[in-house]
Amino acid sequence: MSDEAPALLAVKALTVHHGQLCALDAVSFSVGGGETFAIIGANGAGKSTLLRAIAGLHPPTAGRVVFDGEDITGLPTTERLARGLALVPEGRRLFPSLTVEENLRVGAHRARKGPFDLQRVYELFPWMVERRRQRAARLSGGEQQAVAIGRALVANPRILLLDELSLGLAPVVVQRIYGLLPELLSSGVTILLVEQDVSQAMRAAGRVLCLLEGRTTLEGRADELDRPSIEAAYFGLHAATPDHGGAPA
Amino acid sequence: MTWLNAILQGILLGGFYALFATGLSLLFGVMGIINLAHGDFAVIAGYVAVVLVPSTHLPMVWGFLVVVPIFALGGYILQRTLFQAALSRGDPLTILLVTFGLSVITENALLQAFTANGQSLDIGGLIADSINPNNVISISDVSLAVLIVAVVLLAALQLMLSRTSTGRQIRAVADDREAAELVGINHRHVFGIAAAIALATVALAGLASGMITEFAPTTGTSNLLFAFEAVVIGGIGSLWGTLVGGIVLGVAQQIGAQINPAYQILAGHVVFLAVLAFRSRGLFAVREAA
Repeated sequence: MSDEAPALLAVKALTVHHGQLCALDAVSFSVGGGETFAIIGANGAGKSTLLRAIAGLHPPTAGRVVFDGEDITGLPTTERLARGLALVPEGRRLFPSLTVEENLRVGAHRARKGPFDLQRVYELFPWMVERRRQRAARLSGGEQQAVAIGRALVANPRILLLDELSLGLAPVVVQRIYGLLPELLSSGVTILLVEQDVSQAMRAAGRVLCLLEGRTTLEGRADELDRPSIEAAYFGLHAATPDHGGAPA
Repeated sequence: MTWLNAILQGILLGGFYALFATGLSLLFGVMGIINLAHGDFAVIAGYVAVVLVPSTHLPMVWGFLVVVPIFALGGYILQRTLFQAALSRGDPLTILLVTFGLSVITENALLQAFTANGQSLDIGGLIADSINPNNVISISDVSLAVLIVAVVLLAALQLMLSRTSTGRQIRAVADDREAAELVGINHRHVFGIAAAIALATVALAGLASGMITEFAPTTGTSNLLFAFEAVVIGGIGSLWGTLVGGIVLGVAQQIGAQINPAYQILAGHVVFLAVLAFRSRGLFAVREAA
Protein backbone atom coordinates (compact mmCIF):
# COMPACT_ATOMS: atom_id res chain seq x y z
CA MET A 1 0.00 0.00 0.00
CA SER A 2 3.03 2.24 -0.19
CA ASP A 3 1.80 3.59 -3.51
CA GLU A 4 -1.44 4.91 -1.98
CA ALA A 5 -2.12 8.22 -0.30
CA PRO A 6 -0.97 8.37 3.34
CA ALA A 7 -3.47 6.58 5.55
CA LEU A 8 -5.93 8.61 7.64
CA LEU A 9 -6.14 5.80 10.15
CA ALA A 10 -3.49 3.14 10.64
CA VAL A 11 -3.85 0.27 13.08
CA LYS A 12 -0.53 -1.39 13.78
CA ALA A 13 -0.29 -4.85 15.34
CA LEU A 14 -3.12 -4.07 17.74
CA THR A 15 -3.59 -6.66 20.47
CA VAL A 16 -6.43 -6.48 22.98
CA HIS A 17 -7.23 -8.79 25.86
CA HIS A 18 -10.48 -9.27 27.75
CA GLY A 19 -8.96 -10.54 30.97
CA GLN A 20 -7.12 -13.71 29.98
CA LEU A 21 -8.83 -13.98 26.62
CA CYS A 22 -7.01 -12.60 23.62
CA ALA A 23 -9.76 -10.80 21.69
CA LEU A 24 -7.51 -9.27 19.04
CA ASP A 25 -4.16 -10.66 18.03
CA ALA A 26 -1.81 -8.26 16.25
CA VAL A 27 -4.34 -6.85 13.80
CA SER A 28 -2.98 -4.34 11.30
CA PHE A 29 -4.66 -2.38 8.54
CA SER A 30 -4.99 1.15 7.33
CA VAL A 31 -7.81 3.26 5.96
CA GLY A 32 -7.20 6.05 3.49
CA GLY A 33 -9.09 9.34 3.50
CA GLY A 34 -12.42 9.19 1.64
CA GLU A 35 -12.51 5.42 1.67
CA THR A 36 -15.18 3.02 2.92
CA PHE A 37 -13.54 0.18 4.74
CA ALA A 38 -15.47 -2.77 6.16
CA ILE A 39 -14.50 -5.28 8.80
CA ILE A 40 -16.41 -8.52 8.55
CA GLY A 41 -16.40 -11.62 10.66
CA ALA A 42 -18.58 -13.96 12.66
CA ASN A 43 -19.88 -13.32 16.16
CA GLY A 44 -17.04 -13.04 18.62
CA ALA A 45 -14.41 -12.50 15.93
CA GLY A 46 -13.30 -9.31 17.65
CA LYS A 47 -14.87 -6.76 15.31
CA SER A 48 -16.54 -4.64 17.96
CA THR A 49 -13.50 -4.90 20.21
CA LEU A 50 -11.41 -3.57 17.35
CA LEU A 51 -13.64 -0.52 16.85
CA ARG A 52 -13.85 0.09 20.59
CA ALA A 53 -10.09 -0.06 20.89
CA ILE A 54 -9.70 2.40 18.03
CA ALA A 55 -12.18 4.73 19.76
CA GLY A 56 -10.27 4.45 23.02
CA LEU A 57 -12.85 2.52 25.03
CA HIS A 58 -10.58 -0.50 25.37
CA PRO A 59 -6.92 -0.10 26.22
CA PRO A 60 -4.81 -2.35 23.97
CA THR A 61 -2.20 -4.69 25.40
CA ALA A 62 0.12 -3.98 22.49
CA GLY A 63 0.19 -2.19 19.18
CA ARG A 64 -0.57 1.32 18.07
CA VAL A 65 -3.37 3.39 16.60
CA VAL A 66 -2.19 6.21 14.36
CA PHE A 67 -4.64 8.87 13.23
CA ASP A 68 -3.55 11.34 10.59
CA GLY A 69 0.09 10.69 11.36
CA GLU A 70 -0.33 11.14 15.12
CA ASP A 71 -0.05 8.26 17.57
CA ILE A 72 -3.33 8.35 19.51
CA THR A 73 -2.95 5.01 21.30
CA GLY A 74 -2.78 6.64 24.72
CA LEU A 75 -5.39 9.35 24.19
CA PRO A 76 -8.75 9.23 25.96
CA THR A 77 -11.92 8.79 23.93
CA THR A 78 -12.90 12.43 24.25
CA GLU A 79 -9.60 13.60 22.76
CA ARG A 80 -9.96 11.20 19.84
CA LEU A 81 -13.38 12.71 19.14
CA ALA A 82 -11.86 16.18 19.24
CA ARG A 83 -9.37 15.06 16.56
CA GLY A 84 -12.19 13.79 14.36
CA LEU A 85 -12.71 10.15 15.20
CA ALA A 86 -16.29 9.27 16.12
CA LEU A 87 -17.84 5.89 16.91
CA VAL A 88 -21.49 4.95 16.51
CA PRO A 89 -21.53 2.12 19.04
CA GLU A 90 -23.17 -1.24 18.76
CA GLY A 91 -26.71 -1.14 20.08
CA ARG A 92 -26.91 2.61 19.28
CA ARG A 93 -26.55 3.69 22.92
CA LEU A 94 -28.64 6.87 22.73
CA PHE A 95 -29.32 8.72 25.96
CA PRO A 96 -32.80 7.36 26.62
CA SER A 97 -34.03 10.11 28.94
CA LEU A 98 -32.92 12.86 26.56
CA THR A 99 -35.03 13.96 23.63
CA VAL A 100 -33.94 13.45 20.02
CA GLU A 101 -32.79 17.04 19.80
CA GLU A 102 -30.98 16.88 23.13
CA ASN A 103 -29.13 13.79 21.96
CA LEU A 104 -27.99 15.71 18.90
CA ARG A 105 -27.08 18.79 20.94
CA VAL A 106 -24.99 16.73 23.31
CA GLY A 107 -23.28 15.23 20.27
CA ALA A 108 -22.48 18.71 19.01
CA HIS A 109 -21.19 20.20 22.22
CA ARG A 110 -17.55 19.73 21.26
CA ALA A 111 -18.07 19.82 17.53
CA ARG A 112 -15.24 20.50 15.13
CA LYS A 113 -15.84 22.89 12.27
CA GLY A 114 -17.48 21.17 9.34
CA PRO A 115 -20.53 20.64 7.18
CA PHE A 116 -22.73 18.94 9.77
CA ASP A 117 -24.97 20.64 12.28
CA LEU A 118 -28.45 19.92 13.63
CA GLN A 119 -30.00 21.53 10.56
CA ARG A 120 -28.03 19.32 8.21
CA VAL A 121 -29.00 16.20 10.16
CA TYR A 122 -32.66 17.21 9.99
CA GLU A 123 -32.22 17.52 6.23
CA LEU A 124 -30.80 14.01 6.07
CA PHE A 125 -33.65 12.66 8.22
CA PRO A 126 -36.66 14.93 7.71
CA TRP A 127 -38.86 12.86 10.06
CA MET A 128 -36.71 13.94 12.98
CA VAL A 129 -37.94 17.53 12.89
CA GLU A 130 -41.42 16.60 14.03
CA ARG A 131 -40.21 14.18 16.64
CA ARG A 132 -37.29 16.15 17.99
CA ARG A 133 -38.97 16.69 21.34
CA GLN A 134 -39.62 13.00 21.90
CA ARG A 135 -37.49 10.98 24.24
CA ALA A 136 -35.02 8.78 22.44
CA ALA A 137 -36.31 5.75 24.34
CA ARG A 138 -39.61 6.06 22.48
CA LEU A 139 -38.14 5.69 19.01
CA SER A 140 -38.05 2.49 16.98
CA GLY A 141 -34.74 0.71 16.45
CA GLY A 142 -34.21 2.17 12.99
CA GLU A 143 -35.05 5.66 14.17
CA GLN A 144 -32.65 5.29 17.07
CA GLN A 145 -29.94 4.18 14.68
CA ALA A 146 -30.53 7.30 12.59
CA VAL A 147 -30.30 9.53 15.68
CA ALA A 148 -27.14 7.70 16.76
CA ILE A 149 -25.56 8.42 13.38
CA GLY A 150 -26.76 12.02 13.56
CA ARG A 151 -25.32 12.38 17.05
CA ALA A 152 -21.92 11.28 15.77
CA LEU A 153 -22.13 13.38 12.59
CA VAL A 154 -22.78 16.69 14.33
CA ALA A 155 -19.32 16.41 15.89
CA ASN A 156 -18.05 16.63 12.29
CA PRO A 157 -15.78 13.60 12.39
CA ARG A 158 -13.16 12.98 9.74
CA ILE A 159 -13.67 9.27 10.15
CA LEU A 160 -16.91 7.65 11.26
CA LEU A 161 -16.74 4.23 12.90
CA LEU A 162 -20.01 2.35 12.49
CA ASP A 163 -20.51 -0.74 14.62
CA GLU A 164 -23.12 -3.24 13.38
CA LEU A 165 -25.54 -0.75 11.87
CA SER A 166 -27.88 -3.52 10.78
CA LEU A 167 -28.15 -5.24 14.13
CA GLY A 168 -31.78 -5.91 14.99
CA LEU A 169 -33.16 -3.79 12.16
CA ALA A 170 -35.54 -4.73 9.34
CA PRO A 171 -33.79 -5.16 5.96
CA VAL A 172 -35.63 -2.21 4.43
CA VAL A 173 -34.45 0.03 7.26
CA VAL A 174 -30.91 -1.26 6.85
CA GLN A 175 -31.05 -0.43 3.13
CA ARG A 176 -32.18 3.09 3.90
CA ILE A 177 -29.38 3.66 6.40
CA TYR A 178 -26.72 2.24 4.09
CA GLY A 179 -28.18 4.45 1.37
CA LEU A 180 -26.84 7.42 3.34
CA LEU A 181 -23.21 6.40 3.15
CA PRO A 182 -22.49 7.83 -0.33
CA GLU A 183 -23.79 11.19 0.85
CA LEU A 184 -21.55 11.09 3.90
CA LEU A 185 -18.57 10.17 1.75
CA SER A 186 -19.25 13.07 -0.58
CA SER A 187 -19.16 15.35 2.48
CA GLY A 188 -15.61 14.18 3.04
CA VAL A 189 -16.24 11.68 5.82
CA THR A 190 -14.21 8.47 5.77
CA ILE A 191 -16.11 5.39 6.90
CA LEU A 192 -14.90 2.36 8.81
CA LEU A 193 -17.70 -0.08 9.41
CA VAL A 194 -18.15 -3.39 11.11
CA GLU A 195 -20.77 -5.68 9.68
CA GLN A 196 -21.89 -9.22 10.26
CA ASP A 197 -23.89 -9.26 7.04
CA VAL A 198 -21.16 -9.98 4.51
CA SER A 199 -23.05 -9.16 1.34
CA GLN A 200 -24.14 -5.85 2.83
CA ALA A 201 -20.53 -5.04 3.69
CA MET A 202 -19.28 -6.04 0.25
CA ARG A 203 -21.84 -3.77 -1.41
CA ALA A 204 -21.02 -0.79 0.78
CA ALA A 205 -17.25 -0.97 1.10
CA GLY A 206 -14.28 -0.44 -1.19
CA ARG A 207 -12.05 -2.68 0.83
CA VAL A 208 -12.76 -5.34 3.41
CA LEU A 209 -10.90 -7.10 6.15
CA CYS A 210 -12.09 -10.37 7.61
CA LEU A 211 -11.46 -11.28 11.24
CA LEU A 212 -11.62 -14.76 12.70
CA GLU A 213 -11.03 -15.28 16.40
CA GLY A 214 -9.12 -12.05 16.67
CA ARG A 215 -6.83 -12.61 13.68
CA THR A 216 -6.92 -11.21 10.17
CA THR A 217 -7.80 -13.99 7.74
CA LEU A 218 -8.37 -11.94 4.62
CA GLU A 219 -7.92 -8.43 3.31
CA GLY A 220 -8.59 -7.00 -0.08
CA ARG A 221 -10.68 -4.94 -2.46
CA ALA A 222 -14.36 -5.84 -2.22
CA ASP A 223 -14.71 -6.24 -5.99
CA GLU A 224 -11.70 -8.52 -6.30
CA LEU A 225 -12.55 -11.06 -3.63
CA ASP A 226 -14.54 -14.13 -4.63
CA ARG A 227 -17.15 -15.82 -2.52
CA PRO A 228 -15.30 -19.03 -1.72
CA SER A 229 -12.27 -17.25 -0.35
CA ILE A 230 -14.48 -14.97 1.76
CA GLU A 231 -16.40 -17.94 3.11
CA ALA A 232 -13.17 -19.69 3.93
CA ALA A 233 -11.86 -16.62 5.74
CA TYR A 234 -15.16 -16.01 7.53
CA PHE A 235 -15.65 -19.55 8.81
CA GLY A 236 -12.02 -20.57 9.05
CA LEU A 237 -12.41 -23.27 6.40
CA HIS A 238 -9.51 -24.41 4.33
CA ALA A 239 -10.48 -24.88 0.71
CA ALA A 240 -8.36 -27.98 0.48
CA THR A 241 -9.90 -29.70 3.48
CA PRO A 242 -13.64 -29.09 3.40
CA ASP A 243 -14.22 -31.74 6.08
CA HIS A 244 -12.43 -29.51 8.56
CA GLY A 245 -15.83 -28.40 9.76
CA GLY A 246 -17.35 -24.95 9.69
CA ALA A 247 -18.00 -23.17 12.94
CA PRO A 248 -21.59 -21.91 13.08
CA ALA A 249 -21.80 -18.22 12.33
CA MET B 1 -57.47 24.65 63.30
CA THR B 2 -54.76 22.85 65.24
CA TRP B 3 -54.75 20.20 62.51
CA LEU B 4 -54.40 22.83 59.83
CA ASN B 5 -51.49 24.22 61.80
CA ALA B 6 -49.95 20.74 61.99
CA ILE B 7 -50.19 20.40 58.22
CA LEU B 8 -48.67 23.85 57.67
CA GLN B 9 -45.83 23.06 60.05
CA GLY B 10 -45.38 19.77 58.19
CA ILE B 11 -45.08 21.55 54.86
CA LEU B 12 -42.50 23.93 56.32
CA LEU B 13 -40.54 21.02 57.76
CA GLY B 14 -40.87 19.27 54.39
CA GLY B 15 -39.13 22.19 52.74
CA PHE B 16 -36.17 21.59 55.01
CA TYR B 17 -36.15 17.85 54.30
CA ALA B 18 -36.31 18.53 50.57
CA LEU B 19 -33.39 20.94 50.80
CA PHE B 20 -31.52 18.27 52.69
CA ALA B 21 -32.40 15.49 50.29
CA THR B 22 -31.60 17.28 47.02
CA GLY B 23 -27.88 16.61 47.13
CA LEU B 24 -28.42 13.01 48.12
CA SER B 25 -30.81 12.53 45.21
CA LEU B 26 -28.40 14.18 42.79
CA LEU B 27 -25.37 12.09 43.79
CA PHE B 28 -27.37 8.90 43.54
CA GLY B 29 -29.13 9.85 40.32
CA VAL B 30 -26.01 10.92 38.43
CA MET B 31 -23.20 8.76 39.81
CA GLY B 32 -25.01 6.00 41.65
CA ILE B 33 -23.29 7.10 44.86
CA ILE B 34 -25.17 6.47 48.09
CA ASN B 35 -23.50 9.07 50.23
CA LEU B 36 -23.73 7.93 53.85
CA ALA B 37 -21.74 11.00 54.90
CA HIS B 38 -24.37 13.34 53.45
CA GLY B 39 -25.84 14.27 56.81
CA ASP B 40 -22.40 14.79 58.29
CA PHE B 41 -21.45 17.15 55.49
CA ALA B 42 -24.42 19.30 56.47
CA VAL B 43 -23.21 19.31 60.06
CA ILE B 44 -19.73 20.33 58.91
CA ALA B 45 -21.30 23.27 57.08
CA GLY B 46 -22.93 24.31 60.35
CA TYR B 47 -19.65 24.18 62.23
CA VAL B 48 -17.81 26.03 59.49
CA ALA B 49 -20.36 28.81 59.91
CA VAL B 50 -20.02 28.66 63.69
CA VAL B 51 -16.29 29.16 63.44
CA LEU B 52 -16.13 31.48 60.48
CA VAL B 53 -18.94 33.93 60.93
CA PRO B 54 -18.15 35.30 64.42
CA SER B 55 -14.53 35.79 63.47
CA THR B 56 -15.47 37.87 60.43
CA HIS B 57 -18.11 39.89 62.36
CA LEU B 58 -20.51 39.52 59.48
CA PRO B 59 -24.21 38.88 59.91
CA MET B 60 -25.09 35.18 59.73
CA VAL B 61 -26.77 35.46 56.34
CA TRP B 62 -23.41 36.38 54.86
CA GLY B 63 -22.18 33.01 56.04
CA PHE B 64 -24.12 31.55 53.13
CA LEU B 65 -22.02 33.47 50.68
CA VAL B 66 -18.86 32.04 52.16
CA VAL B 67 -19.80 28.50 53.20
CA VAL B 68 -21.75 27.50 50.11
CA PRO B 69 -18.98 28.21 47.57
CA ILE B 70 -16.43 26.53 49.83
CA PHE B 71 -18.59 23.42 49.84
CA ALA B 72 -19.13 23.52 46.08
CA LEU B 73 -15.37 23.63 45.55
CA GLY B 74 -14.84 20.94 48.16
CA GLY B 75 -17.45 18.78 46.46
CA TYR B 76 -15.69 19.00 43.13
CA ILE B 77 -12.33 18.14 44.69
CA LEU B 78 -13.76 15.29 46.77
CA GLN B 79 -15.39 13.78 43.68
CA ARG B 80 -12.30 14.10 41.51
CA THR B 81 -10.06 12.49 44.13
CA LEU B 82 -11.50 10.14 46.75
CA PHE B 83 -14.91 9.36 45.22
CA GLN B 84 -13.52 8.89 41.72
CA ALA B 85 -10.81 6.60 43.01
CA ALA B 86 -13.47 4.54 44.79
CA LEU B 87 -15.75 4.49 41.74
CA SER B 88 -12.88 3.39 39.51
CA ARG B 89 -12.54 0.19 41.51
CA GLY B 90 -15.77 -0.83 39.81
CA ASP B 91 -17.35 -2.36 42.90
CA PRO B 92 -20.38 -0.41 44.18
CA LEU B 93 -19.56 -1.53 47.71
CA THR B 94 -16.27 0.40 47.69
CA ILE B 95 -17.84 3.83 47.40
CA LEU B 96 -20.47 2.91 49.99
CA LEU B 97 -17.73 1.97 52.45
CA VAL B 98 -15.77 5.11 51.65
CA THR B 99 -18.73 7.35 52.46
CA PHE B 100 -19.46 5.30 55.58
CA GLY B 101 -15.86 5.79 56.66
CA LEU B 102 -16.09 9.52 55.97
CA SER B 103 -19.20 9.64 58.13
CA VAL B 104 -17.48 7.93 61.06
CA ILE B 105 -14.37 10.07 60.73
CA THR B 106 -16.38 13.28 60.49
CA GLU B 107 -18.51 12.56 63.54
CA ASN B 108 -15.53 11.69 65.69
CA ALA B 109 -13.42 14.58 64.48
CA LEU B 110 -16.27 16.99 65.24
CA LEU B 111 -16.76 15.44 68.68
CA GLN B 112 -13.07 15.92 69.35
CA ALA B 113 -13.07 19.52 68.19
CA PHE B 114 -16.45 20.83 69.35
CA THR B 115 -17.66 18.39 72.06
CA ALA B 116 -21.09 16.77 71.91
CA ASN B 117 -22.92 19.95 72.89
CA GLY B 118 -25.57 21.22 70.55
CA GLN B 119 -24.88 24.39 68.62
CA SER B 120 -27.04 26.69 66.65
CA LEU B 121 -26.44 29.60 64.35
CA ASP B 122 -27.25 32.92 65.92
CA ILE B 123 -29.55 34.90 63.68
CA GLY B 124 -30.63 37.28 66.40
CA GLY B 125 -34.24 38.33 66.65
CA LEU B 126 -35.13 36.79 63.29
CA ILE B 127 -35.62 33.40 64.93
CA ALA B 128 -38.67 34.63 66.83
CA ASP B 129 -40.39 36.40 63.93
CA SER B 130 -43.46 34.68 62.60
CA ILE B 131 -46.67 35.21 60.71
CA ASN B 132 -49.72 34.73 62.92
CA PRO B 133 -53.04 34.90 61.05
CA ASN B 134 -54.81 33.80 64.24
CA ASN B 135 -53.86 32.60 67.69
CA VAL B 136 -53.32 28.95 66.64
CA ILE B 137 -51.47 29.17 63.38
CA SER B 138 -47.93 30.41 63.57
CA ILE B 139 -45.60 30.35 60.60
CA SER B 140 -42.00 30.97 61.48
CA ASP B 141 -40.27 33.36 59.11
CA VAL B 142 -37.11 31.31 59.07
CA SER B 143 -38.92 28.06 58.28
CA LEU B 144 -40.87 29.78 55.53
CA ALA B 145 -37.63 31.16 54.11
CA VAL B 146 -36.14 27.66 54.09
CA LEU B 147 -39.17 26.29 52.23
CA ILE B 148 -38.92 29.09 49.68
CA VAL B 149 -35.19 28.50 49.27
CA ALA B 150 -35.87 24.79 48.71
CA VAL B 151 -38.52 25.46 46.05
CA VAL B 152 -36.40 28.07 44.27
CA LEU B 153 -33.35 25.82 44.41
CA LEU B 154 -35.21 22.82 42.99
CA ALA B 155 -36.75 24.96 40.25
CA ALA B 156 -33.34 26.39 39.36
CA LEU B 157 -31.76 22.94 39.31
CA GLN B 158 -34.56 21.56 37.16
CA LEU B 159 -34.15 24.46 34.76
CA MET B 160 -30.39 23.99 34.68
CA LEU B 161 -30.71 20.26 33.99
CA SER B 162 -33.25 20.66 31.23
CA ARG B 163 -32.09 23.84 29.51
CA THR B 164 -28.33 24.23 29.75
CA SER B 165 -25.53 22.39 28.02
CA THR B 166 -24.04 21.38 31.36
CA GLY B 167 -27.42 20.06 32.45
CA ARG B 168 -27.76 17.97 29.30
CA GLN B 169 -24.28 16.60 29.88
CA ILE B 170 -25.14 15.65 33.45
CA ARG B 171 -28.23 13.78 32.27
CA ALA B 172 -26.33 12.14 29.43
CA VAL B 173 -23.65 10.88 31.81
CA ALA B 174 -26.34 9.62 34.19
CA ASP B 175 -27.93 7.71 31.31
CA ASP B 176 -24.84 6.12 29.78
CA ARG B 177 -21.34 6.99 30.89
CA GLU B 178 -19.55 5.28 28.02
CA ALA B 179 -21.78 6.75 25.32
CA ALA B 180 -21.15 10.13 26.93
CA GLU B 181 -17.40 9.63 26.49
CA LEU B 182 -18.07 8.86 22.84
CA VAL B 183 -19.70 12.24 22.30
CA GLY B 184 -16.77 13.98 23.95
CA ILE B 185 -18.05 14.39 27.50
CA ASN B 186 -15.42 13.96 30.18
CA HIS B 187 -17.60 12.15 32.69
CA ARG B 188 -15.17 12.72 35.56
CA HIS B 189 -15.51 16.48 35.16
CA VAL B 190 -19.30 16.22 34.90
CA PHE B 191 -19.35 14.05 38.04
CA GLY B 192 -17.32 16.76 39.74
CA ILE B 193 -19.85 19.41 38.76
CA ALA B 194 -22.73 17.28 40.04
CA ALA B 195 -20.89 16.74 43.32
CA ALA B 196 -20.20 20.48 43.59
CA ILE B 197 -23.92 21.20 43.21
CA ALA B 198 -24.80 18.46 45.68
CA LEU B 199 -22.39 19.74 48.32
CA ALA B 200 -23.53 23.33 47.80
CA THR B 201 -27.10 22.26 48.51
CA VAL B 202 -26.10 20.20 51.52
CA ALA B 203 -24.24 23.23 52.88
CA LEU B 204 -27.43 25.26 52.53
CA ALA B 205 -29.31 22.50 54.34
CA GLY B 206 -26.75 22.45 57.12
CA LEU B 207 -26.98 26.21 57.59
CA ALA B 208 -30.77 26.02 57.53
CA SER B 209 -30.78 23.33 60.20
CA GLY B 210 -28.49 25.47 62.32
CA MET B 211 -30.94 28.35 62.13
CA ILE B 212 -34.15 26.38 62.65
CA THR B 213 -32.89 24.08 65.34
CA GLU B 214 -29.69 22.77 66.89
CA PHE B 215 -27.01 20.54 65.51
CA ALA B 216 -24.38 18.38 67.18
CA PRO B 217 -21.69 16.09 65.71
CA THR B 218 -24.12 13.16 65.60
CA THR B 219 -27.20 14.87 64.14
CA GLY B 220 -25.99 14.13 60.63
CA THR B 221 -26.90 10.47 60.79
CA SER B 222 -30.50 11.00 61.89
CA ASN B 223 -31.01 13.72 59.31
CA LEU B 224 -29.60 11.37 56.68
CA LEU B 225 -32.41 8.94 57.44
CA PHE B 226 -35.05 11.62 56.80
CA ALA B 227 -33.33 12.66 53.61
CA PHE B 228 -33.32 9.05 52.41
CA GLU B 229 -37.01 8.74 53.21
CA ALA B 230 -37.80 11.95 51.33
CA VAL B 231 -35.91 10.72 48.26
CA VAL B 232 -37.54 7.30 48.28
CA ILE B 233 -41.05 8.62 48.92
CA GLY B 234 -40.70 11.11 46.09
CA GLY B 235 -39.12 8.70 43.64
CA ILE B 236 -35.43 8.37 42.92
CA GLY B 237 -34.16 10.67 40.22
CA SER B 238 -37.01 13.16 40.33
CA LEU B 239 -36.22 16.58 41.80
CA TRP B 240 -39.85 17.64 42.21
CA GLY B 241 -40.47 14.21 43.65
CA THR B 242 -37.89 15.01 46.31
CA LEU B 243 -39.80 18.16 47.26
CA VAL B 244 -43.08 16.27 47.44
CA GLY B 245 -41.37 13.44 49.33
CA GLY B 246 -39.98 15.89 51.86
CA ILE B 247 -43.37 17.52 52.34
CA VAL B 248 -45.19 14.17 52.67
CA LEU B 249 -42.67 13.13 55.30
CA GLY B 250 -42.87 16.46 57.13
CA VAL B 251 -46.68 16.50 57.16
CA ALA B 252 -46.82 12.88 58.35
CA GLN B 253 -44.46 13.69 61.21
CA GLN B 254 -46.38 16.78 62.30
CA ILE B 255 -49.74 15.02 62.15
CA GLY B 256 -48.25 12.16 64.13
CA ALA B 257 -46.97 14.65 66.69
CA GLN B 258 -50.42 16.22 66.87
CA ILE B 259 -51.93 12.86 67.80
CA ASN B 260 -49.24 12.19 70.36
CA PRO B 261 -45.84 13.90 70.54
CA ALA B 262 -44.21 10.48 70.85
CA TYR B 263 -45.53 9.50 67.42
CA GLN B 264 -43.74 12.22 65.44
CA ILE B 265 -40.84 10.16 64.09
CA LEU B 266 -42.86 6.96 63.99
CA ALA B 267 -45.54 8.48 61.76
CA GLY B 268 -42.89 9.50 59.22
CA HIS B 269 -41.45 6.00 59.15
CA VAL B 270 -44.90 4.46 58.75
CA VAL B 271 -45.67 6.62 55.71
CA PHE B 272 -42.25 5.77 54.29
CA LEU B 273 -42.90 2.04 54.73
CA ALA B 274 -46.36 2.40 53.21
CA VAL B 275 -44.88 4.04 50.11
CA LEU B 276 -42.24 1.31 49.87
CA ALA B 277 -44.90 -1.36 50.20
CA PHE B 278 -47.49 0.00 47.80
CA ARG B 279 -45.55 2.20 45.42
CA SER B 280 -42.00 1.07 45.72
CA ARG B 281 -40.70 3.33 42.93
CA GLY B 282 -41.94 6.41 44.74
CA LEU B 283 -44.72 8.85 44.03
CA PHE B 284 -42.93 10.41 41.08
CA ALA B 285 -41.06 7.60 39.39
CA VAL B 286 -39.51 9.29 36.38
CA ARG B 287 -37.41 6.59 34.80
CA GLU B 288 -39.68 4.72 32.50
CA ALA B 289 -38.30 1.51 31.05
CA ALA B 290 -35.98 2.49 28.23
